[in-house]
Amino acid sequence: MSLKVFDGFKFAKLPTPIHNMDPRAKFIMTMGIFAAALMFQNIYALIIIFLIQLPIVYASRSWRKWAGSMRAGLLLAVLIFVMNFVFGSTFVFSAAMTLRFVTLMSTFSLFFMTTSPDDLGLALEQTHVPYTLSFTFTTSVRLVPTMALDAQTVIDAQRSRGLELDRGNFMKRIRNYIPILIPLIVSAIRRSIELAEALESRGFGASPNRQPLIVLRMKATDYLVVTLTILMVTLAVYVYFYVPLPILDIPIKMPKIFPWF
Amino acid sequence: MIQTEGLKFAYPGSPEVLRGIDLEINDGEFVAIMGENGAGKTTLVKTFNGLLMPSSGRVKVDGTDTHDSSVAKLSRDVGLVFQNPDHQLFSETVREELAFSLRNFGYEEDTIDRRVASILETLDLTRYAQSSPFVLSGGERKRVALAAVLVWNPKHIILDEPTIGQDYQQKDRLRNFIVQLSAQGKTVIIISHDVEFVAECKPRIILLSRGLVIGDRPAEDILTDEALLDRASLTRPQIGALMHQLRNYGLPERTIDVYSAEQAILNALGRKE
Repeated sequence: MSLKVFDGFKFAKLPTPIHNMDPRAKFIMTMGIFAAALMFQNIYALIIIFLIQLPIVYASRSWRKWAGSMRAGLLLAVLIFVMNFVFGSTFVFSAAMTLRFVTLMSTFSLFFMTTSPDDLGLALEQTHVPYTLSFTFTTSVRLVPTMALDAQTVIDAQRSRGLELDRGNFMKRIRNYIPILIPLIVSAIRRSIELAEALESRGFGASPNRQPLIVLRMKATDYLVVTLTILMVTLAVYVYFYVPLPILDIPIKMPKIFPWF
Repeated sequence: MIQTEGLKFAYPGSPEVLRGIDLEINDGEFVAIMGENGAGKTTLVKTFNGLLMPSSGRVKVDGTDTHDSSVAKLSRDVGLVFQNPDHQLFSETVREELAFSLRNFGYEEDTIDRRVASILETLDLTRYAQSSPFVLSGGERKRVALAAVLVWNPKHIILDEPTIGQDYQQKDRLRNFIVQLSAQGKTVIIISHDVEFVAECKPRIILLSRGLVIGDRPAEDILTDEALLDRASLTRPQIGALMHQLRNYGLPERTIDVYSAEQAILNALGRKE
């Protein structure tokens, strides 16, 4: 089992316009792409939404990491396609749902690759999200690589006890993950309790009025990105309601194996 | 026998953790792998059961190259107890936890019952058989993790930092247990920073530093070699330090454990009397 999927969500500081963008503008852009991807089931629309991201990935100089996260998510993408197709969806619809998943993964991967957890925390705080909530969120993001390391150790420990993750039929393979998930969840809960105790011991929340050291300020390019995102979402809504999109018709469909679906 | 030849290993995108290790650990030997944090100790033992494959060089377990086997097959002979028990415990009861690996290895249910009962008894865990492993103390969970590996009776046993979280009496029991395992002909390999524990066990020590073996000698030699200990960020055990201070009074400097020190002091006193 590869945990490289998490690498695509790891922040690395680079001097690029995407990294230097205001995190709020970047978040709005991400949510814009997210909303547009969820809006359409048409494969042409989803291809366009996916392609919109490519220049942004290029500008962020994170091609390799982005491609790595795409490769890591390939198995899940194939699973989504197969499940849709097997349970009676057409070939094109199954492909569209897979593309939607890939687009969502890509956009969030891009956001986390180019936004430091500190910036994210600042953005949340300065949009008046309560500090405890923003701290919880940024700490969760920060702990993703740690959890990935933990997951790898748990996998190693269980493989050393004779567990073969890829053995057995589909249901058995899913059951094989129980010995991985339970220790991971338990250690995450233990870690969170210890972290909460450590924070409280160091006076977390003692002062209700926090004064940020760095105040985020949107620049002209950030306003431009927000404007373009609003325009894109408006256009998507207009197209969704008023523009009949061409339909790709490939009449391939699985015979019904499960008639109740 | 576990052999490594020119073993090198690097995690993806990182510099080499192991930079050419040549070792032979014979059947029935008792070995402690020591070294500073990040020396490559855990990485080294993970190559012994095939969890990690060498970037170059090779690892052989009883003549089989790890490249030609699987973790599941190698684990039957090489039992690895991880440092943190929370990374492996998941069952509802301690009994089920211990049965897990036996089921993976395809044992019959009556054999499983027998083996589980026996190991629970050996490690003083019988009273916890029906308890959830998650409600036990850290030291007890560590013992469950140890039992969960010993239950299938592997030929070579590797313990990663077995003394962490154990009180002094448990450490003593663990030491006696390890000595028993060694006496039964098992290869026992421990990774430890605990110089006091290792000094009392007096195994062969393989000292690692920055991915290289910088010392491979009996415990008395390594734990009294100031220069080597310095390179591996270790210190002499307390008895060793005391005997070092008293060396000018005719006491043997290469003494590291309580029993030998007692004998040496009694001899010296006898001579004076």
